Amino acid sequence: MELINKMLKGDKRACARLISIVENDEKESEKLIKKIYKYTGKAHIIGITGPPGAGKSTLTDKYAKLLRKSDYIVGVIAVDPTSPYTGGAILGDRIRMNDLALDPGVFIRSMGTRGYLGGLAKATRNAVKILDAYGCDYIIIETVGVGQSEVDIVKAADTVVLVMVPGLGDDIQSIKAGIMEIGDLFVVNKSDLFGAQRTATEINMMLDMSQNTDRRPPVVMVTANQNKNIDQMAQEIQRHYEYLVENGLLEERRKKNIKRELLELVEEELKKLVIRETESNGELDRMTDILFNKETDPFTLRDRLLSTIK
Amino acid sequence: MDKPIRVLVAKPGLDGHDRGAKMIARALRDAGMEVIYTGLRQTPEQIVAAAIQEDVDIIGMSILSGAHNHLFPKVIGLLKDQDAEDIMVIAGGVIPEDDIPALKEAGVAAIFTPGALTTEIVQFIRDNIKR
Ligand SMILES: Nc1nc2c(ncn2[C@@H]2O[C@H](COP(=O)(O)OP(=O)(O)OP(=O)(O)O)[C@@H](O)[C@H]2O)c(=O)[nH]1
Ligand SMILES: [Mg+2]
Repeated sequence: MELINKMLKGDKRACARLISIVENDEKESEKLIKKIYKYTGKAHIIGITGPPGAGKSTLTDKYAKLLRKSDYIVGVIAVDPTSPYTGGAILGDRIRMNDLALDPGVFIRSMGTRGYLGGLAKATRNAVKILDAYGCDYIIIETVGVGQSEVDIVKAADTVVLVMVPGLGDDIQSIKAGIMEIGDLFVVNKSDLFGAQRTATEINMMLDMSQNTDRRPPVVMVTANQNKNIDQMAQEIQRHYEYLVENGLLEERRKKNIKRELLELVEEELKKLVIRETESNGELDRMTDILFNKETDPFTLRDRLLSTIK
Repeated sequence: MDKPIRVLVAKPGLDGHDRGAKMIARALRDAGMEVIYTGLRQTPEQIVAAAIQEDVDIIGMSILSGAHNHLFPKVIGLLKDQDAEDIMVIAGGVIPEDDIPALKEAGVAAIFTPGALTTEIVQFIRDNIKR
């Protein structure tokens, strides 16, 4: 593909086109990823997540600018929710990153959560691969930390930054359940606001109580819109990366993600295969009826189905 | 799933509020489009750079400041420079009747003045999108 060569040479238009392919066309996307996969794996991938309005985009903007001072190439993927009713979305993260638009060493892409076949995580993972092959040293993925699929996205990152803000109150306790565990670094943004210190203290207490002992995530207080302490956050991100590398954990983490990706792809394909084999000929409905009438159980039917495929 | 139409909505120029642009953005979203909203005070260069990275089908600009005769042709010129003239440009805002022919000549696909209904804009985009 002509576009791939252009993209590998740093052409932004080509890079943008390829991301659209990944978003829109499953068949073409596969062909594309097959060709570029060998160029991936170089970037440090950072997931930034947290509640709506926490300042994730502002933080991304300031962090990207800092990285640019050292001439690193930076990619940003900013994910915002798609309306499940209309399929439309307002992707507004660029508002906070407007003066990065003209920086030749920055590529920013907004993505809607849509109703992706194979899941949102797959689509963003492939977009990340393109930015990686494009030559980004750092790729920042911004998502709103609410749903499982958003959590799945940042899990694929090397470093996960959880952004908190003062005033969440009891929410810190509830966030803990699904999300706290995935944070490699905690950032309390809006430290200019009342209660920031208390929020940091609460997070610190919680981290001290948790059993996970091999590495205790640091907590950094920043004020993104005033560009305060961003360097400290950047340092901690770097430190985490070095920690991973020095302990052989980067490889471990990436292999874990690769394995998960592979299994997900197999799962998806297997399901499609079963549907293809059983839906149009009425077999699937027949089996449903059999189960409805309790003539057998789902496990027996599953095994029977799988054996016909083998 | 169908590929949604992607639209960059920008509000270039120096005048202060973006109520109109936001209203359009919401209408397009409700019509099932993906709207990349870039906010106030965008330069033509920023608008084009964002449009390219976002691989949008169309740029919608709303403007009140009277600089339309400069800004719209500038955006279209920059798109041409970057081989991106396939990205359609539409305009909204307070634009005097007399200026419209020249803007269309310059390549603005459609101009919606304040009385226009958002449904008209949606319909125009759907009917004219190149793909
Ligand atoms: N007081 C204060 N406000 C901030 C700070 N950082 C960002 N903000 C403001 O918080 C608001 C939301 O900022 P964003 O960067 O858009 O937040 P976000 O987390 O990306 O928001 P979503 O993507 O919509 O979830 C904006 O009005 C920012 O100006 C900060 O450190 N202090
Ligand atoms: Mg944001």
